[in-house]
Amino acid sequence: MTIASIFGGTGRAMGDIFGAIGRLTLFTAQTIGWIVRPPFYWREFFIQLVQIGWLSLPVVGLTTLFTGGALALQIYAGSARFSAEFAVPSITAIGMVRELGPVLGGLMVAARVASSIAAEIGTMKVSEQIDALRTLAVEPMQYLTVPRIVAATLAMPVLVAVGDAIGILGGYAVGISRLGFDGPVYLRNTLDFLEFWDIASGLVKGAAFGFLVSLSGCYFGMTSSRGAQGVGEATKSAVVLASILILAANYLLTEAFFSA
Amino acid sequence: MIRADTIHKAFGSKRVLRGVSFEVAKGESLVIIGGSGTGKSVLLKCLLGLERADSGTVQVAGLTNPRPQILAEHVGMLFQGAALFDSLPVWQNIAFRLMRGKDNLGHEAAHKLAVEKLARVGLGPETADLYPAELSGGMQKRVGLARAIAGDPPVLFFDEPTAGLDPIMSSVINALIREVVSELGATAVTITHDMRTVHDVADRVAMLHDGQFYWEGPTAEAFSTTDPVMQQFTQGLTEGPIPTLR
Repeated sequence: MTIASIFGGTGRAMGDIFGAIGRLTLFTAQTIGWIVRPPFYWREFFIQLVQIGWLSLPVVGLTTLFTGGALALQIYAGSARFSAEFAVPSITAIGMVRELGPVLGGLMVAARVASSIAAEIGTMKVSEQIDALRTLAVEPMQYLTVPRIVAATLAMPVLVAVGDAIGILGGYAVGISRLGFDGPVYLRNTLDFLEFWDIASGLVKGAAFGFLVSLSGCYFGMTSSRGAQGVGEATKSAVVLASILILAANYLLTEAFFSA
Repeated sequence: MIRADTIHKAFGSKRVLRGVSFEVAKGESLVIIGGSGTGKSVLLKCLLGLERADSGTVQVAGLTNPRPQILAEHVGMLFQGAALFDSLPVWQNIAFRLMRGKDNLGHEAAHKLAVEKLARVGLGPETADLYPAELSGGMQKRVGLARAIAGDPPVLFFDEPTAGLDPIMSSVINALIREVVSELGATAVTITHDMRTVHDVADRVAMLHDGQFYWEGPTAEAFSTTDPVMQQFTQGLTEGPIPTLR
């Protein structure tokens, strides 16, 4: 392998990466442009609200329930080393609402929703349904992308709020059944130490993650290549990108909200 | 009614269309034939505005190089796989455009119109409330045809209308196309490999070969010409000037 081929390969890879970033940025800008232009397809929006929000509740609820329980156990084990077991309710609650609720909820929705959006839109593209939309005077970005992205952005904070509550409930259940906490004391400790911004920051993260998840699904669906393999690749890429974007955005938002 | 003037279209280094020019008069039915991968679908997409030609001019229904959304009220299109929307029942597929935009048909009127159009393509009103996945291939094509004629457009495009259908259903679809084109007095462009479709649907035939219209003429001549390329294609011969992989 020559030095020229190494540099050539690296250059091509960098070109591909920057090209992909550029295309995604352009797609994001186009999407935002279409969001503010009428008409808004309300029927599609409500369908997506149910698909993305309501039907994701079980998976998000179960995830946060078990995570809340495990978190309480871990915090108890750690805090016992410093005789600080009393902190279990408050740290469990803060951990859930600031980090684990939005991030795990976002990741579960990424797995469920980004994949289904990419597969659905990708299949529509392969079967010429997107071309058909355009010949029927409907802009596909407006009809397919905008309702999904608006619905996901609005539904995710609600999912996160419900997930937070269920996660705290999971911690509570473990706290009183396994760790010997008194129920009312556990709840009072939880409520006393939680601040408004702890909850609000998680909900803002949820909205951002909802936007990113649906954006990723729509982008890869709309740009999927022909055939079953193209749709499969789009589905996989949508989930991978959505997951990475969620984790990266989570760090950036945490830095923005809570850095000293 | 339809005019293409020196259309060029390339994908990377592959030059698919190399200066295609033709006209279709009002009320005329042109069928474009040609081998797989010769650019028939690309040409159709250029006419519909779904693909932008690299150079050249397209005029459809008096509009020059129109966007598909602008062209929509003047044009009906039957896609190869019908391209029905899976998430919508048949009646909403048929009335899709008319339920949106300036027509803004209500549900009742849209359902009534869809049932009328279904009847026109030989399907009963019970089909209206089914979903595309519940239909056979032939029924999907009929519903696609009903959607194409829903707004009584002056221009109709058909992309491989008989692809994937048995010979009897192909004849039924060809006959329906001929009937609706005549009834509406529409200008029609059909692309196909199917010689039965050429025979049943065309007033005039054009063959796309090497990115250009290689041959144009009346339907009867398409089958009687001594041109070796046309003979090979219309008779399905493996030997001849068109290269084949065996």
